[in-house]
Amino acid sequence: MIQAIVFLPLIGALVAGLFGRTIGHKAAEVLTTSLLVIAAILSWIVFIPFFLGNAEAYKVEIMRWIVTGDLDLRWILRVDTLTAIMLVVVNTVSCLVHVYSIGYMHDDPHRARFFAYLSLFTFAMLMLVTADNFLQMFFGWEGVGLASYLLIGFWYKKPSANAAAMKAFVVNRVGDFGFALGIFGTFYLVGSLGFEDTFAALPGLADATIPILGGEYHALTVVCLLLFMGAMGKSAQFLLHTWLPDAMEGPTPVSALIHAATMVTAGVFLVARLSPMFEMSETATLVIIYVGAITAFFAATVGLVQNDIKRVIAYSTCSQLGYMFVALGVGAYSAGVYHLFTHAFFKALLFLGAGSVIHAMHHEQDMRNMGGIARKIPITYAMMIIGTLALTGVGIPGTMFGFAGFFSKDAIIEAAYAFGGPAGQLAFWMLVIAALFTSFYSWRLIHLTFHGKTRADQHTFDHAHESPRIMLVPLYILAAGAVLAGVVFYDVFFGHAEHVEHFFHGAVVVDAEIIDAAHYVPFWVKASAAMAMLAGFVLAWYFYIRRPEAPRELAAEHPGLYKFLLNKWYFDEIYDFLFVRPTRWVGQALWKGFDDWFVDQMLVEGLGRRVKQVTTQVVRLQSGYLYHYAFAMLIGVAALITWAIAAGGLLG
Amino acid sequence: MILTDNILTIITFLPLVGAFFILLTPGQDEVAVLNIKRIALATTFVTFVFALLMWGLFDPDTADFQFVQNSPWMGEVIGYRMGVDGISVLFIVLTGLLMPMCILASWDSVKHRVREYMVLFLVLEMLMMGVFATLDLAMFYVFFEGSLIPMFLIIGIWGGKRRIQASYKFFFYTFVGSVLMLLAIMAMYWYAGTLDISRLLAVDFPESMQIWLWLAFFASLAVKMPMWPLHRWLPEAHVEAPTAGSVILAAILLKLGGYGFLRFSLPMFPDASLMFSNFVFVLSVAAIVITSVVALVQTDVKKLIAYSSVAHMGFVTMGIFAGNIYGVQGAIFQMVSHGIVSGALFLSVGVIYDRMHTRDISAYGGLVERMPKYAFAFMIFTMANVGLPGTSGFVGEFLTLLAIFQVNTWFAIVATLGVIFSACYGLWLYRKVIFGALEKESLRGILDLSPREMLTIVPLIVLTIFFGFYPAPLLDTTAASVQALVDQYAAATGLAAAGQ
Repeated sequence: MIQAIVFLPLIGALVAGLFGRTIGHKAAEVLTTSLLVIAAILSWIVFIPFFLGNAEAYKVEIMRWIVTGDLDLRWILRVDTLTAIMLVVVNTVSCLVHVYSIGYMHDDPHRARFFAYLSLFTFAMLMLVTADNFLQMFFGWEGVGLASYLLIGFWYKKPSANAAAMKAFVVNRVGDFGFALGIFGTFYLVGSLGFEDTFAALPGLADATIPILGGEYHALTVVCLLLFMGAMGKSAQFLLHTWLPDAMEGPTPVSALIHAATMVTAGVFLVARLSPMFEMSETATLVIIYVGAITAFFAATVGLVQNDIKRVIAYSTCSQLGYMFVALGVGAYSAGVYHLFTHAFFKALLFLGAGSVIHAMHHEQDMRNMGGIARKIPITYAMMIIGTLALTGVGIPGTMFGFAGFFSKDAIIEAAYAFGGPAGQLAFWMLVIAALFTSFYSWRLIHLTFHGKTRADQHTFDHAHESPRIMLVPLYILAAGAVLAGVVFYDVFFGHAEHVEHFFHGAVVVDAEIIDAAHYVPFWVKASAAMAMLAGFVLAWYFYIRRPEAPRELAAEHPGLYKFLLNKWYFDEIYDFLFVRPTRWVGQALWKGFDDWFVDQMLVEGLGRRVKQVTTQVVRLQSGYLYHYAFAMLIGVAALITWAIAAGGLLG
Repeated sequence: MILTDNILTIITFLPLVGAFFILLTPGQDEVAVLNIKRIALATTFVTFVFALLMWGLFDPDTADFQFVQNSPWMGEVIGYRMGVDGISVLFIVLTGLLMPMCILASWDSVKHRVREYMVLFLVLEMLMMGVFATLDLAMFYVFFEGSLIPMFLIIGIWGGKRRIQASYKFFFYTFVGSVLMLLAIMAMYWYAGTLDISRLLAVDFPESMQIWLWLAFFASLAVKMPMWPLHRWLPEAHVEAPTAGSVILAAILLKLGGYGFLRFSLPMFPDASLMFSNFVFVLSVAAIVITSVVALVQTDVKKLIAYSSVAHMGFVTMGIFAGNIYGVQGAIFQMVSHGIVSGALFLSVGVIYDRMHTRDISAYGGLVERMPKYAFAFMIFTMANVGLPGTSGFVGEFLTLLAIFQVNTWFAIVATLGVIFSACYGLWLYRKVIFGALEKESLRGILDLSPREMLTIVPLIVLTIFFGFYPAPLLDTTAASVQALVDQYAAATGLAAAGQ
């Protein structure tokens, strides 16, 4: 069954990609989508026994991969609780996105290719989550990067899309640089790259050191930090986040699938999968907490002022990923995975909803040219509201009434508080502030897009229309998830520690202490997230409904701060200045200066002045000695063959 | 058995039989030219079949030389000695694979002096097969240096505008090193009393002598590789060479250096190899990083790929001198994979060069519009060049980096930076040539791959992907010989062998 789940999308991708022209767009769409629907149903069939607590982890070997010396890497599909959760997330969202895309992309001349890429992505992601060793994970890791590159640059005529696609790949490669070194380091320490071998070797490595950059450091800390660098790239964490907002150049369904629900959570999955390893290094977990908290805060601040509807959601994704990392860092791995799970539903819902808005507005993405379209597209409006309620975490503290984000986000905030210490305190406050910002920019998005008087031109506004049913049905399903995913799965992810432990069954480390402590934090901590959420809601209402001129006044009062946020803390400019330009400059210098001038002109031509003389005589050389030389060789070779035939025994 | 006893002789000299028939083909008219091409294609194809047959008969479980022929010749000094082991067998198959593709790639693009062109290619094939098949050091030298001549002529006669300078530079660089290697070979004979490679492998040269021999071989092999900073001839030669010349240059001739290191430097001069290993690592890492950065700013398609070849060869030298099983396995794999991928990339460049007659990157853009098949193929090869897992380009890079990390983390960290740079130049090239809007008037009528071009490119796509997912056929073939090699190296140098 697991083979079917993983390889059905690949079959769809191959057929649609290679024979899309032959079988036609319709067939390609229907084929890839139906295969994904099957895969999604099978995924739930795999997951439910794990949910009910009566399934055992197992592995299926496909074939050998790189086997040499002690290195024994095979293609293996591993299924345990963590994998099962990811299977459900990936295939459910992917299948809904496939369905949605049939409507969204209906007039694109290259839809067969689009569906092939979507299915290819799904396959790579499934290989990632079913990996049983580091390298297969790396395969899936880079494979989703490739699919992401292809899909961001899907509209290849747009220069901005091409630039964004390349940026995504290259920034991810920076992260992968760390990931790869982490893999080499693991092999150096363990002598194997299998997860089980690695975990089994961990106790003996507690005090091991590794020589790196001229010093001896605690080996597991080094390796964990390197691996985490990969996670930072893929999950767009602070410093390596710059590609994610640009990735919005791709078609919107892509943003929903890859840049919200699945691929960007691969970093979270990585840390969760390797939780026994990260548990061995206090430094590494502290770094994760800080990076996660800073990302959550930073991305939320930038999200406050963006005008592109998709970029707001992109920064929101970045910020929510920060939440997940904080959960992982404080040792509440199950809470991180929980938020990954619920986030997939409501963030995909928001993106697909935004896609529906964009569809209605004739590919307008700037919220300054929207407004007042709630009654034009009421269903989309309702769906976006549900998504927003889930994202901002609406619920009643201390009870089981709330949307999905309420459970998982509060779990993280409580765990951060329970972790305590400077890191826990900082993370707690940053996350609470980020929650306020989240609420503000989410409602700002709703107000700017749907409420008030329209700023769209008359023609666009008049022709704004509700999306076809094929695009709305996926929204309904995701909305159901955004409402229910929290409450239904609370117990297994963040209920009593015993239940959580029973559910995960060793797939991730379950630290009963932190879970218990998170359950018994003071009431004001539990209420803090809800308070922040309410404050954000009220502020957004005040700024965009009560006094719509207020934002402009505020921006005029603090032009520096506004510019700083609008320009995303100037990261692109800084990186351009620090890395891109110098590299090109060095490249030019090495090429023209070293290769052409120093080696060529100074050494080769200067050293033997003969070079020039001989170059002028080269015609003579060509028709002179060289032909003689060659002729002599030919004769020699001919003689050789004669002899070989005579003496070598060809004839007898 | 008559076949197995002579198969290396057949593979090596069959191309000459074809060349002989081409010389006998009368006339200069179209029919004659077509016949000449057909003879060349048939010869190379049959040679390939024999090479495959040999691979099929090859026993991967032993590290000994197989299909050995050993007869005295020219007294006691030089013998007719042939034989392959796991280290050389794949290169013969690779050469056999790429030659028919080169003939096909030249089918329409070479218009004058076709007869001479085809004869030279067949002679070149014979020499390259000879390098990998011979077990006599003197014969090796003849084949190794002899391969220079047809290549020199191919660039010099059928090359681009600056072909004379390029071919001269090519000759100059590669010839300087070879004199030193000849001296070293003589010295080895005087010390050991034999030129039989299989016997030389067992000779224990004194350390002081090893140093000189190592350096002399290095002078020749490092140029062929080419290692930074001796790489300057390569971009020049590639740019001016005709497509098929570039393919052979990148895919096979660059491998002679790596093969030489594996056949001679590591096993015969282990102490010197260990002593100089840091020196080699520095040059390898410099090749990976510096030439990658230089590749970033190229404006000529072929130059960019040529520089990226230098970077990829950096992984090979690094892996070889890491001296453990992962490094050597990775180096051989990387060489074979690079043979497939860089050959394919140069074939791909040839496709658009034949249509537009320019290698200037800025002359292209938006090709995907008119050439979707081409865009697909180029994407696969670019990704393999970038080292994406699932393509053959990944396996070698991964193994060599894994190997160097076991030896020295400094070099590993700097070398791993290569994965970032390769993505930069690879995707940049792809974006400039394939993506974007098709705006240039000159490109509006450009045609997608012809069936003949598909015939050369599709098999390479299949191999690139196949070996990416299932490298076992290659790794298993080389495993026993490489294990023996690294064991011997470890024993000689007193290092603990990894991978036991």
